Amino acid sequence: MATNMLKEKYTGKINTVTIGATKEQGGTRANTVTVGGDATMPFLQFEGDMPLKAVVAVEIQDIKPAWHPELHKIFDSVMGDPVAWAKKAVESGADLVYLKLAGAHPDNGNKSPEDCAKVVKAVLAAVSVPLIVIGCGDDEKDNAVLPVVAEAAAGENLLIGLAKQDNFKSVAAAAMVHKHKVLAQSPLDINICKQTNILISELGLAPENIIIDPSTAALGYGIEYTYSILERGRLGALGGDKMLSMPVICQVGYEAWRAKEAVATEEDFPNWGNQTERAILWEAMTAAGLAQGGAHIMVLRHPEAVALFKKNIDALMVNPAI
Amino acid sequence: MIIIGERINGMFKDIGAAIRAHDPKPLQEWAVKQKEGGAHYLDVNTGPNSEDQTVDLPWMINIVKEVSDLPLAIDTTNYDAMEAALKAYGKPGALINSIGCEQEKIDRVFPMAAKYGADVVCLCINKVGIPKSAEDRVAMAMEFVANAEAYGLQPDNLFIDPIILPVNVAQEHGVEALETIRQIKMISNPPPKTTVGLSNISQKSPHRPIINRTFAIMAMTAGLDSAICDANDENLVDAIATARLILNQDIYCDSYAKVFRQR
Repeated sequence: MATNMLKEKYTGKINTVTIGATKEQGGTRANTVTVGGDATMPFLQFEGDMPLKAVVAVEIQDIKPAWHPELHKIFDSVMGDPVAWAKKAVESGADLVYLKLAGAHPDNGNKSPEDCAKVVKAVLAAVSVPLIVIGCGDDEKDNAVLPVVAEAAAGENLLIGLAKQDNFKSVAAAAMVHKHKVLAQSPLDINICKQTNILISELGLAPENIIIDPSTAALGYGIEYTYSILERGRLGALGGDKMLSMPVICQVGYEAWRAKEAVATEEDFPNWGNQTERAILWEAMTAAGLAQGGAHIMVLRHPEAVALFKKNIDALMVNPAI
Repeated sequence: MIIIGERINGMFKDIGAAIRAHDPKPLQEWAVKQKEGGAHYLDVNTGPNSEDQTVDLPWMINIVKEVSDLPLAIDTTNYDAMEAALKAYGKPGALINSIGCEQEKIDRVFPMAAKYGADVVCLCINKVGIPKSAEDRVAMAMEFVANAEAYGLQPDNLFIDPIILPVNVAQEHGVEALETIRQIKMISNPPPKTTVGLSNISQKSPHRPIINRTFAIMAMTAGLDSAICDANDENLVDAIATARLILNQDIYCDSYAKVFRQR
């Protein structure tokens, strides 16, 4: 007897957002990356459209960070050279490069806006994938840096951020003028997530130009909170809530690589197994869990985690035979 | 909660005069104004003084369509005028407003709804009148749903109206209407939608806004999906937006009342 699947009917869907611009579109990218378009809950392809698979952005910084020793094993030779690092990120399988301008921070070298723009231009020249550019995290400095970067990269259709509830105007305005997408971050709070999107939209930037970062928690460190927000946001979007219909980016690497499961040595925890494998798996598993929640862009660090995640997502994108 | 703006109705003096003179301006102004207020549908009604609804109603539809992309609730019991208006509307998604629970009306209107891709407001009233008890009203709702299936409509193509009577003359009806709404939401899967003519509850009372507002929220709690009402009553729309939050139908944000109006 044939099974009659019960299907939910939804009125809304996730916006389809493209990052990057090819030569014909006014940029210099070899290809663009498009995410979103989901018209159902994650991976329920029998019920509604899920046209595009989750993508990977590999994180780099403009200065040499103090990261996990396993990451230094891979990237140490290129850290401090964003151009070389970006190339290596692309070799690792990055669909996009996620560049954090950490060196602009007053405590971290206090790089000028113009020097930051130079870094961004150099990375754009070195790799052909679309670029995500994030400020240093100091609001005042970012408000000076991001407009200059946005102007220098006009036409490239960056994803640029962060825009936050209490600090969104300068980056959103710059994105509007120079035609970039905005990355809006909220602190694991669906109400603030929605309100931030409203504030940015009221400034005049259409909601279709926003990608949201709901804040990420690693596996074992509250990933279920992120998952709940992803789920609630998706249900809102599918119910027609335009202020929650944005694709989602998750900063997986930053969180996973500081988890105890990644940091603890074999010496201290002999029963936990090989630390390298364990740490890589922690990053890949965190990304896999968030993909199940419907996140669209994963910001990862380790090339092997990138490969594991991509393998997982390819398998998940096969429509179930129902 | 779907707000069906009630203002484009020939019963209002300015609209009545505009229909007689075929002056588009007042209709178009109210179309825009009601959308700004928070309307999701616009009700269009010639009022009682139209000489020929089959002419006036399609004219009104065309005039409103020029300035608004909101779906229209076509409000008449003259079903020749209804069909002419549906033709003028020219796309699926209209709301036929309305029919009573009489087989010959169902047989006339449901095929039309299927043909034009329209939904139908179904009133819990028949030749005998308006029943008092929720049971008798729900029995009519079930008759509508059974007929819908026979004519290829889904239950949620129906907006069933339990019929609201003024609280100052038929006080015992309110609670029955609320119970009717509650039960209608359980008679099928998907359930039919529900609707009310909100301002009926407060007819001839000097306290209309507060009575309308209170009843709207009580009915939403019972499962009300839509109401024909004053989309420019700010307190009413604010209260509806707030009730949607408390019923967990919208996700909270600080600008929720404003956002509700933009949907």
